[in-house]
Amino acid sequence: MRIPIEKFITPDRKDSIKRTWYKFSSNPLSIIGLISVLIVTLSAIFAPVLAPYPESWGRWVDFSQACQPPSWKHPFGTDIYGRDILSRIMFGFRYDLLMAICILAMVVPTGTFLGLIAGYYRGTWIDTVIMRITDIFLAIPSIVLALAICALLKPSLFNSMMAVSLLWWPWYSRLAYSIASSLRNEYFVLAAELIGAHPLYIIFSEILPNCLAPIFTKMTLDVGWVILIGATLSFVGLGAQEPTPALGTMVSVGAKYMPDYWWMTIFPALAIAFTILGFNLLGDGIRDALAIEEI
Amino acid sequence: MNNDEIIQVKDLKKYFKTSLGIVRAVDGISFTIREGETFGLVGESGSGKSTTAFTIMGVYEPTDGEIYFKGSPLPKSVKKRPLSLRKEMQMVFQDPGSSLNPRKRIGQIIELPLRVHRLHVGRERERVKELLEMVGLPVDFINRYPGAIGGGEKQLVAIARALASEPSFIALDEPTSALDVSMQAKIINTLLRIQKELNLTYLFITHNLSLMRNVASRVGIMYLGKMFEVAETSEFFHKPLHPYTKMLLSAIPVITEEEEKIKPKRVISRGEIPSPVNVPSGCYFHPRCIDCMEICKKEDPPMVEVSTGHFVKCHLYT
Amino acid sequence: MSENLLEVKDLYVNYKIYEGILKVLNGVNLTVKKKEKVGLIGESGCGKTTTMKAIMRILPDNALIPNGNIFYKGRDILKMSDDEIQKIRRENISMIFQDPTAALNPVLTVGAQLMDVIKYSTDEELTKREIRELAIKALKDVALPDPERILKNYPIMLSGGMRQRICIAMALISAKELLIADEPGTNLDVTIQDQILRLIGRLVEERGISVILISHALGAVKGLVDKVYVMYAGDIVEMAPTEKLFSDPIHPYTQALFKTVPKLTGGGIPEAIKGRIPDYINPPKGCRFAPRCIHAMPICMKEKPPLKNIEGEREVACFLYE
Repeated sequence: MRIPIEKFITPDRKDSIKRTWYKFSSNPLSIIGLISVLIVTLSAIFAPVLAPYPESWGRWVDFSQACQPPSWKHPFGTDIYGRDILSRIMFGFRYDLLMAICILAMVVPTGTFLGLIAGYYRGTWIDTVIMRITDIFLAIPSIVLALAICALLKPSLFNSMMAVSLLWWPWYSRLAYSIASSLRNEYFVLAAELIGAHPLYIIFSEILPNCLAPIFTKMTLDVGWVILIGATLSFVGLGAQEPTPALGTMVSVGAKYMPDYWWMTIFPALAIAFTILGFNLLGDGIRDALAIEEI
Repeated sequence: MNNDEIIQVKDLKKYFKTSLGIVRAVDGISFTIREGETFGLVGESGSGKSTTAFTIMGVYEPTDGEIYFKGSPLPKSVKKRPLSLRKEMQMVFQDPGSSLNPRKRIGQIIELPLRVHRLHVGRERERVKELLEMVGLPVDFINRYPGAIGGGEKQLVAIARALASEPSFIALDEPTSALDVSMQAKIINTLLRIQKELNLTYLFITHNLSLMRNVASRVGIMYLGKMFEVAETSEFFHKPLHPYTKMLLSAIPVITEEEEKIKPKRVISRGEIPSPVNVPSGCYFHPRCIDCMEICKKEDPPMVEVSTGHFVKCHLYT
Repeated sequence: MSENLLEVKDLYVNYKIYEGILKVLNGVNLTVKKKEKVGLIGESGCGKTTTMKAIMRILPDNALIPNGNIFYKGRDILKMSDDEIQKIRRENISMIFQDPTAALNPVLTVGAQLMDVIKYSTDEELTKREIRELAIKALKDVALPDPERILKNYPIMLSGGMRQRICIAMALISAKELLIADEPGTNLDVTIQDQILRLIGRLVEERGISVILISHALGAVKGLVDKVYVMYAGDIVEMAPTEKLFSDPIHPYTQALFKTVPKLTGGGIPEAIKGRIPDYINPPKGCRFAPRCIHAMPICMKEKPPLKNIEGEREVACFLYE
């Protein structure tokens, strides 16, 4: 079946895309962010193909190669089992990105949805109920809850993801709420109400598009945060366990061997920093690109 | 009530509770709007003119009083009004910038009423083009975003959107206040032309008295929630009765000599409008009125008909 | 001639945007003498604010000045260093913006902002108490009641009229020689706007400051300024002493503009000027008003009419008067 792409990419849409790119690319840092994110994403997706030592990701030993400092053969050195750290980092991106995507995929729609509804019905009981629940969840320190959950259940990547998700959605709820409640009183929302549009239409078709820019920006910044929290949990032994090559786990395991085998910790840590920086810069770029133009 | 009266407002009151006290935004006003005419509502800020319009449209529920549309009482809140009634009454707002959703294309904005009221089903885009032509905008605006067009053009889009539901009544709250004179001329021209073509009734709010002179068929002047005078336009401007009306008219900045001549003798505006939570006793205007008498401080004057169609609320005429 | 406080000479300003280059200012010429009150009128988008921002050197990053000079007391503002222009902004020229709410910092008290301006407006070292007293005096000068209380307030607690007065007070502290008022009071009620414009008129008169007043309110401008410049699409098209301009405009644009003003005497709907303001990316060659001008001649489409002096005190840029 031939998909009529032309109908979708009308000349105006093409123009919008070009214009958005123009705004995005006006800041060279955004391009750097984009490239960094692409490197991380492509490494994650094509790790089995791109990694120089694909077997390094899992249970594999080669003690003849163990504890090698960075060299041409192993640019980031090897760990105590002889696994290539560069390859492990590339596979590690998979886990961290996967974690970020899963968490955000759960958290963003729920939080945004609740925040929008609370914002539109601001001042009514709906607002009170939703926002007080949001406040309660915000009051709980995330690490503590994550520790508690992981202590109750088996420590694993999945469980730590669950714990973080439960605590992440209120931030989106708050963000959507603040935007929705201030937009609530704009004339274009009032006009839609006077015309007779249904409240659900107004919330999702009039208000939501105006919230997307800050939400997308926050999402890109949050990728960095999620990875960091994942790393923190791994560092205290609650996140992904060996031999999973999650970056945080690698930092934590490698830390034991500082400062002699410094590369086992430093490179994964740099990889985390690189990822977070890349997403932050990308986030800034997206915010600029989606900004409304006024002549 | 006459058959040609499309809107009837009886003793309308709208009070707001605020942390500073009760604000009597609209404090007992009555007037009618005839079909096909432009009723002008004029007054300083805080006079209650916008609140009146919003209350008629159902954005606010009146604290007291009745509003009739085409003879039947209106449900107080817009949410309780049936769609068939909502389509009849539309509004254009003061700020063109926030009247249009910046994330939507103009075509989508104008299309909304068509979809909600299921008009011109199947040929919505055609109809949007017709509406753009009706307000004098180029048809290729349909794919533009509001950010790409000027303030006056945004206002024309807002008007096209109001027309889309084929209403019989449109409330216009200071539609040209944010625009310069040449854009204002274009918009007023457009409004008056389509009024004739479609037999629309307008409630026109502005503080620009010179503009009102050329737009409205009847004018009402408000002050702190009270309606002080209602008259046919030429009567209102040539034979103003209320001291407040005279005061405002004398302060209008004009640029030609002939206009200067028809203004009433200059009355320097004394003081500022009192705070609406702390209204004066008796007639609300008495502290600023040069004709203030003893009775004005004690009693709120009734609205009397001094000559046909000319109503005043002032002790000088009771 | 030597009394020219400010002289804008042949100023061109462009903006770079996605679609291309907006050639907004097309050779603007403007002079302000000491103690002179000058009005500037024109439609929105004609470049009035751009000109003022160029004078204050607060144009946005994507603005370019390909040509032109702005002489302030003989020295070219466009060639000054950042420090020099900062000094001028603190001590000589100041600007009142259209939207007083946007011009005031919502998270600082009025007092904090006002005293900040006072502190930097002079090289002298003032004590805190002296600064506070100057602040109170500044508020009294703009007829604000109860200045002590207002100093403690945040802008959001005050009405639009009061905020505008505060902005005026702040501007007057720094504007010892020239005040630029960009549509003051436009967003406010007409009676408040009237009071604000009178206030500005009185204060500049008392202090002997020059003022450039931009306003839509033609009637209000009329009562306040000595001469008026009319601007269209980045060009100055006419200049005349106030009385003469309003009673006998000679440029076709000015004439058409005055026709659109609703008259108190009634007489029906004002006619809009046909056409739209030009596309600044591809502006018309020659006179920018020619496409909409009822008196347009072939030469108008080809050459830009220079601003010529007529009868000594009037200037007009139109081939009808060559």
